[in-house]
Amino acid sequence: MQQTELIPNLFRTEYRKIVTVLCYLFGIEHIEIAEDIVSDTFLLAAELWIVKGTPANPTAWLYKVAKNKTKDYLKHNAIFAQKISKELKYTTRVAESIELDFTNQNIADSQLAMMFAICHPCIPEEAQISLSLNLLCGFGVEEIADAFLTNKDVIYKRLKRGKEKLRTEKIKIQQPTLLEINERLPTVLTTLYLLFNEGYYSSSQNTTLRKDLCLEAMRLNYLLLENDNTNSNSANALLALMCFHSSRFEARTNQNGETVLYKDQDTDLWNRELIDKGEHFLNRASQGNQLSKYHLEAAIAYWHTHKEDTKDKWENILQLYNKLLQIEYSPIAALNRTFALAKANGKTVAIIEAEKLNLTDNHLYYSLLGNLYTDIDNTKALQNFRIALTLANSHTDKTIITVNIDGLIKKEKQKPTLGFV
Amino acid sequence: MKEFLLVFRRDFVTNEAQPSPEQMQGMMKHWQDWMGGIAAQNKLVSSGNRLSSEGRVVKPNNVITKGPYVEIAEAIGGYIIVSADSIDEAAEMSKGCPILHIGGNVEIRTVVAMDDNS
Repeated sequence: MQQTELIPNLFRTEYRKIVTVLCYLFGIEHIEIAEDIVSDTFLLAAELWIVKGTPANPTAWLYKVAKNKTKDYLKHNAIFAQKISKELKYTTRVAESIELDFTNQNIADSQLAMMFAICHPCIPEEAQISLSLNLLCGFGVEEIADAFLTNKDVIYKRLKRGKEKLRTEKIKIQQPTLLEINERLPTVLTTLYLLFNEGYYSSSQNTTLRKDLCLEAMRLNYLLLENDNTNSNSANALLALMCFHSSRFEARTNQNGETVLYKDQDTDLWNRELIDKGEHFLNRASQGNQLSKYHLEAAIAYWHTHKEDTKDKWENILQLYNKLLQIEYSPIAALNRTFALAKANGKTVAIIEAEKLNLTDNHLYYSLLGNLYTDIDNTKALQNFRIALTLANSHTDKTIITVNIDGLIKKEKQKPTLGFV
Repeated sequence: MKEFLLVFRRDFVTNEAQPSPEQMQGMMKHWQDWMGGIAAQNKLVSSGNRLSSEGRVVKPNNVITKGPYVEIAEAIGGYIIVSADSIDEAAEMSKGCPILHIGGNVEIRTVVAMDDNS
């Protein structure tokens, strides 16, 4: 690998690990010290490797230098050393006796502990996602801002406030107790779910970044499955959902980065391996009586891995949406449920139900009505698509709606003209 | 928005009043489609419960009867809670209830809110 790529890549994978392991040792209140030590380590790598060449094992080099820098820091900052020594249970000669553990097991433990610290109820949801991206996924402020389609200042402040909160509330980075797992696992899952969705549905044009977000959410989710206490049915269901969705990653954008709709996707581009994995995790998720919204969403996603439009497929999807909406309402589920209703029970019934949804500020609502009225009442279909166009914001959405409008106009023109010629 | 209890009643006793096998088949789907439709409007407060036909009625002086079918043929088969602007809207919603296809009925009652003393 070229050195120019090596350091950024290592930064992405190792920065977060070292920071997390250090925080696990120091406590969250010293997160800035941890971040400084790791930044210095990478700075040194960038300077030295150019001159002396890349070490044989770059990762081991980073761990070793980070360890030494930590020892140096403790040596020169006696007060800090004393302060943390109580937590570390080191009484004398802290700097000499400190042992930083960079085994895979300790890295995994540290990241899990950090995940549960970030998902403490005192941290607002949007800060939880940004903190996860920053501390657990190694994303920089700029990347997070890009993913959220906002500016760097907003994210910078959000992270700063989030870290401040972790410090002032004295949140401990430690292995969560069973009680804490029960209390916080739903929030951890929500954060991962939102993290994944941020990548999957974001209107950011940066497809590489979006894919990275999804992969990171999956990696963290997998971390939960590796620990017996957090390996819950819901966690398995959520991972299944992510596998099914991401199996379509290559098929859902074309070479120009434009969205390819589900119905137009080339199924050869669907990732069979991920679909199989999804089925595996969904089976594991179903070994109990628990039925979370992730189970239902994963099952819906499972049916979408069958491209063929069968009566059975849509009947199953409809029933899953019926159940999902009874657990938790969301406008998007209501719209998708009505689409499935049209496929399973016919358009006439679905139009009556759609009109009741009354989601008049949502362009997807008018697009749904446009779709349902197509071939039943094309004038109404056109009216609805035109309203959708005025409400849509993103370029992708506008393009899709325009294609529908053009198709309808074409259809109308081809109609045999009635009356006298 | 107010909350309304929808109580589903039907005759569980009289032989002639029981749904045919054809009616029973697909009953689950009809119920789920109907409740899913209410939930899609964000108006399902509670998906309630189905009740089995077994029952007891406790009366004063230690009298317990098998019931509740002794005096009335109709019994409660289940309930849900919905939200609506008015009792008329709740009644309108109930028109799609599958119980109506098998000779049952829906009773709609306004839930009295904690702070409502009217």
